[in-house]
Amino acid sequence: MNMIFLLIGFSIVLALVFLLAFFWASRTGQNDDLYTPGVRILFDDELMQEHQPEEEIHRKDDEDHKSC
Amino acid sequence: MMKEQIKSAVATQCFHCGDELPARPFPADDKKFCCSGCRSVYQILSKHQLSSYYAYNDVPGVSQKKSRQHFDYLDEPTVATELADYADERLTVITLFIPAVHCSSCIWLLEHLHQFNPAILQSRIDFLKKQVSITFNNQQLSLRKVAELLTSIGYEPLISLQDVVKKQQSDHSERNLITKIAVAGFCFGNVMLLSFPDYFGLSAFEQNFRNFFGWINLAFAIPVLLYSGRDYFISAWTNLKNGVVNLDFPLALGIAVMFIRSVAEIVTQSGAGFIDTLCSLVFFLLIGKWMQQRTYHYLSFERDFRSYFPVAVTCIDQGREFPLPLNELKTGDRILIRSNEIIPADAILLKGEAKLDFSFVTGEAMAVDKVLGEVIYAGGRQLKGAIELEVLKPVSQSYLTKLWNNEAFASPKDPIKTFSGRASKYFSIVLLLVATLAAMFWLPTDLNKAVASFTAVLIIACPCALALSSPFTLAAVLSIFDRNKFYLKSTAVIEELARIDTIVFDKTGTITNPAAKGFELFGELSVGKQQLVSDLARNSGHPLSRELVKALALHPRFPVNHYREQVGRGISGLVNGQKIRLGSAAFIGLPELSKGSAVHIVIDGTYYGYFLSAQQWRPGFKQIALKLGQWADLHLISGDQDHDRNQLIPFFASVKQLHFKQSPQQKLEYIQALQHKRSKVMMLGDGLNDAGALRQSNVGVAVTDDINNFSPGCDAILDGASFQKLPQFIRQSRDAVKVIHMSFVISVLYNIVGLFFAVQGLLSPLIAAILMPLSTVTIILFTSLAARYFARKNQLL
Repeated sequence: MNMIFLLIGFSIVLALVFLLAFFWASRTGQNDDLYTPGVRILFDDELMQEHQPEEEIHRKDDEDHKSC
Repeated sequence: MMKEQIKSAVATQCFHCGDELPARPFPADDKKFCCSGCRSVYQILSKHQLSSYYAYNDVPGVSQKKSRQHFDYLDEPTVATELADYADERLTVITLFIPAVHCSSCIWLLEHLHQFNPAILQSRIDFLKKQVSITFNNQQLSLRKVAELLTSIGYEPLISLQDVVKKQQSDHSERNLITKIAVAGFCFGNVMLLSFPDYFGLSAFEQNFRNFFGWINLAFAIPVLLYSGRDYFISAWTNLKNGVVNLDFPLALGIAVMFIRSVAEIVTQSGAGFIDTLCSLVFFLLIGKWMQQRTYHYLSFERDFRSYFPVAVTCIDQGREFPLPLNELKTGDRILIRSNEIIPADAILLKGEAKLDFSFVTGEAMAVDKVLGEVIYAGGRQLKGAIELEVLKPVSQSYLTKLWNNEAFASPKDPIKTFSGRASKYFSIVLLLVATLAAMFWLPTDLNKAVASFTAVLIIACPCALALSSPFTLAAVLSIFDRNKFYLKSTAVIEELARIDTIVFDKTGTITNPAAKGFELFGELSVGKQQLVSDLARNSGHPLSRELVKALALHPRFPVNHYREQVGRGISGLVNGQKIRLGSAAFIGLPELSKGSAVHIVIDGTYYGYFLSAQQWRPGFKQIALKLGQWADLHLISGDQDHDRNQLIPFFASVKQLHFKQSPQQKLEYIQALQHKRSKVMMLGDGLNDAGALRQSNVGVAVTDDINNFSPGCDAILDGASFQKLPQFIRQSRDAVKVIHMSFVISVLYNIVGLFFAVQGLLSPLIAAILMPLSTVTIILFTSLAARYFARKNQLL
């Protein structure tokens, strides 16, 4: 049963780590803006398209025109 | 087939901003635009391969028809350094407020600024605050260039004098509170876990666990007491020193007693103590505090003339033009005011044609013409071309800005008396009385029981539920108001709103609708002919033409040939084979009418009468006046001439309650006079001239049609679209106070149950541990549900 002392000690240390992690997040301003990051994460796929060479985009545009 | 339909539907809209297209749209690629501004934004974006902007949302842009401001003054080093958050010899970080931010496309574009110019290293946007924080290389790019780049893509930053004067307000107090909540929550959870074994019963050989758990609990209680709960002790102490008993006093007393008794029980191993109750109490209290403190970061309720005026003005000295920061402007300086700029100081007109819009400053609805040599008061907006002026008085001494030197602005507004503030005084006295009586009763027979019952009363009666009933009710109401576009500065305003018995209205911009000017037709015109007028007027950029098109509400039908415009006088053209002339009396060749701005119509040489632009009341004003008039005294106080007097008389109880031609100072004094008669006054205004009255009144409400625009300092901002809900808002506030009273009764009932055990000295930690969270959860549930119930009843949800 003496194991319980140790286990409780571990659990409190673990909980403290999470508390400290929260302090760090709060201090570095990660909780200041809770809206924008959620939108920002949706943009990443589009970024790839921008790095495509220019002709490719033009060709794609031409195809779009034809299909219209 | 489907595709064609969609295409034709889209084609009537500007590809950038979604406005209706004019008869001759501005084309680019295969897209059509409503104005050259929108088109140029599109062209800039497609040049930099940022056309994905249009892929995220349909018509993500904002109309570019408004003229743009000049940013010359940003080259001034003093202005630039004061605006920057951080600057060294290479990098500058600046946070700019951009009112146009409204959708995900905005976020995407503003975070890709580096594609326009590689000197911009990073741009991060805070969507809710509408702020963008830009890091750029100041060797390769100036602040002015950054501002101009933002303007060129349709996101003009709003930079005002107040930004320079007032340093960026940080929200560290909120961060601190959240940290305190985290600590309290962390300790609460752990203590609960460690207290459970004791509640379920430990056998005799497990006694060493009991001690161990007790000591750990005590260790957890210390940060809760000294860090999380510290503010309650400080507040109770400072208030006590000033002879005031507020709700923090019984709270601090309860927390302290709980801690001392727990220490005593754990050290003497006579019991488990009340640590879990203590932690839960502080945890819930802090959450209530956080609910109450949540405010709108993106709205400013503290604005004065400084945020209405620009940062700098163009100065002329010996033929040289240069920007001068406004606070360095002195008597005798010669300044240049371009079209659509604001005159920052009282000045004499030296050169140019002045037509000034004073509606925001004096409440006067009509633009005023000024001749050379005339004195022009600060705050007017120039509508015609550029003018030159000589400054008479420095900015802070102007006719308008002098208002802020009034004593009403010198001292902070009296704090609003809240229900919980008043109730807590009596509560504390009764609490101490019951505790003492219980102790006296047991003292002769049993000392231990006397101490036990005394401390137990203070612990169980700790007004946790009471302390939470106000913040939770008011926070719920606040978010309901928010959804209806009524934004309050703090939750306490709701309680003040419930007490209002006198309502004072400003006229121009408050009860009249500045956006929708009505037109009255004098003469006869068939719908077919109205169509021709509408098609012709659509080509003109003159405000009167635009309003006429809006008022006629007809779709474009015929193209216009031989279109000619004489700026500010009239327009003519050939529409569907008929020659149409629209314009002022002088343009048509008629004697001038005395009142208002008239648009005369001549079709094929025949005179058909004229449209007269008229003030239009906000929709529903009539019903509001009738509804509010039943239980409040209505007054009107306007800076305008009294030509609307006869129209307004029916809405007000007596002619004596209508006042015209009032100066800002007189408005303030009028509110003061009403308050001397013990009235609780609500003031509704919109302009700078109402600032004094808004400040002086018990509840000052700024009415605005665009919450991002300037509104004077106030307690609440009301979106013009929700103006007709005003009676519902007041009723909801009264219901909110009712809910607070009811939840007070509930929490007192809980206290009586607890006291029943406490006075007998029978309060076990288990009962406290159940009763305290139970009452708290009941109150939270009751207040939020009741607030929603009443909101539904008042048709606000």
